[in-house]
Amino acid sequence: MIHFDNVTKVYPTQKRPALDGVSIDVDKGEFVFLVGPSGSGKSTFLRLVLKEEKPDKGRVHVAGKDLSRLSNWKVPHLRRRIGCVFQDFRLLPNKNVFENVAFALEVIGKPRRFIRKVVPEVVELVGLEGKAGRMPHELSGGEQQRVAIARAFVNRPQILLADEPTGNIDPATSIGIMKVLDRINRTGTTVVMATHDAAIVDSMRKRVIELEEGLVVRDQTRGVYGQAY
Amino acid sequence: MRAQFVLSETWIGLRRNLTMTIAVITTVAISLTLFGAGLLVNQQVSEMRSYWDERITLTVYMCNEISPTQTCQESGPATDEDRQALEDTLDGLAEVQSYDYLTAAEAWQDFQERLGSSNEALAEAAQEGDIPDNYRVQLTDPSHYDTVRAAVEGAPGVDTVSDDQQVLEQFFGLLDGLRAAALVLAGVQLAAAALLIGNTIRLSAYSRRRETGIMRLVGASNFYIQLPFLLEGAVAGLIGGIIASGFIVATRFTLLTQIEDWFQFDVALGTGSLLYVIGVSVILGVLLCTITSFLTLRRYLKI
Repeated sequence: MIHFDNVTKVYPTQKRPALDGVSIDVDKGEFVFLVGPSGSGKSTFLRLVLKEEKPDKGRVHVAGKDLSRLSNWKVPHLRRRIGCVFQDFRLLPNKNVFENVAFALEVIGKPRRFIRKVVPEVVELVGLEGKAGRMPHELSGGEQQRVAIARAFVNRPQILLADEPTGNIDPATSIGIMKVLDRINRTGTTVVMATHDAAIVDSMRKRVIELEEGLVVRDQTRGVYGQAY
Repeated sequence: MRAQFVLSETWIGLRRNLTMTIAVITTVAISLTLFGAGLLVNQQVSEMRSYWDERITLTVYMCNEISPTQTCQESGPATDEDRQALEDTLDGLAEVQSYDYLTAAEAWQDFQERLGSSNEALAEAAQEGDIPDNYRVQLTDPSHYDTVRAAVEGAPGVDTVSDDQQVLEQFFGLLDGLRAAALVLAGVQLAAAALLIGNTIRLSAYSRRRETGIMRLVGASNFYIQLPFLLEGAVAGLIGGIIASGFIVATRFTLLTQIEDWFQFDVALGTGSLLYVIGVSVILGVLLCTITSFLTLRRYLKI
């Protein structure tokens, strides 16, 4: 599903590569934790998957497509197959829960009837049934993140990328978020989650890829966050 | 769904930057009014030119007892021989299509008829004999004016050869100047309008960066992301154009009507030319705004 072949990415303002000859394979339906200290290359990995950045060396394949051969105008179609969740939720403050989720479908031109049908399903899937009319400021951090996950998942992407989704949420609430991500993973969606949250990684017992200074230093199935932390 | 979404986003964008939108509309309206006025004057001038090119005649006035010019004073009133000689000259000129001879009585009658209604005081003051008998010479081509004029000027018994074309040329020159001034001002204003639109769209893109960021992430096409901004520019341009149309119509019925009245030209610009000028102005406004918006977005909206 995601295939990195000897990928190197150097940002113009930095000497050290953000990713240095990284090769990673993530299969369909996998749940992968991406761990490592800040600046280890986790975010760069996610940005390369989205084709927000181009690698300087190596090749990136996502959902069977070679991204270096993907023309710019086709990038939106790639992104429709990828859902994204961030630490800061990125909800629209002037839209309620339903509208925030529906926005993702409206802007890719889905018909209104389809939106009316699928949005409530996804809102329920993330555990927000009965809260579709709430505004973001009326929700807790955990609930806001559930809205963001619903928005990322409503178009049934093949891949869900989560960049520290529990970074702004207390540990008890984080468990709920992880359950939602796990539920999404069980529908066959590949989930890649970058995180610093050792407790979550240890409890989930999923594949762990550890990056350090742009290199893969560990790739464990059913791994833990790591002894060093 | 698509259309409704795009239109509501456009409306939100216009309303959010209301002051900038008003500034844009005002500038566009003023510049298009000037542009349209320039076009109108241009059309008026070319219509009047062709009108006069068809009708331009050379009037050769003969000497009579009261002619003040020196040649007439010396040689006295024109004799029948003088007239015959002049007619022979005119007959011999290939550039002359035809000519009519008006006796002093006929000339006076014609003068009364032409002026009687609009300037009674002048018509009444003129008496028979004030206007000498004259020849109205029709030319095959108005550009031969000078040749014919040179041939008959100074012939015995000839007083003056009327100078219509020079007067007309001065008048056309004035109109040309007016047109040039209007177009230059319009150009400056249009440039200012373009800068304003650029800024407005930039502001709009900035205030909606959250939405566009999400749109990008969920895979909205570039066109779909840009469309509300482009429409924002287009709508501002259109409103400016519509306001300008009003001013252009006003210009047509004040300034140009006045010019026609002054010169008693039988040349009114038709509704067709007016619609043409309005159409060109509005399309120019919309295109200018949309293209500027597009160029601005390329710089400030990451897609």
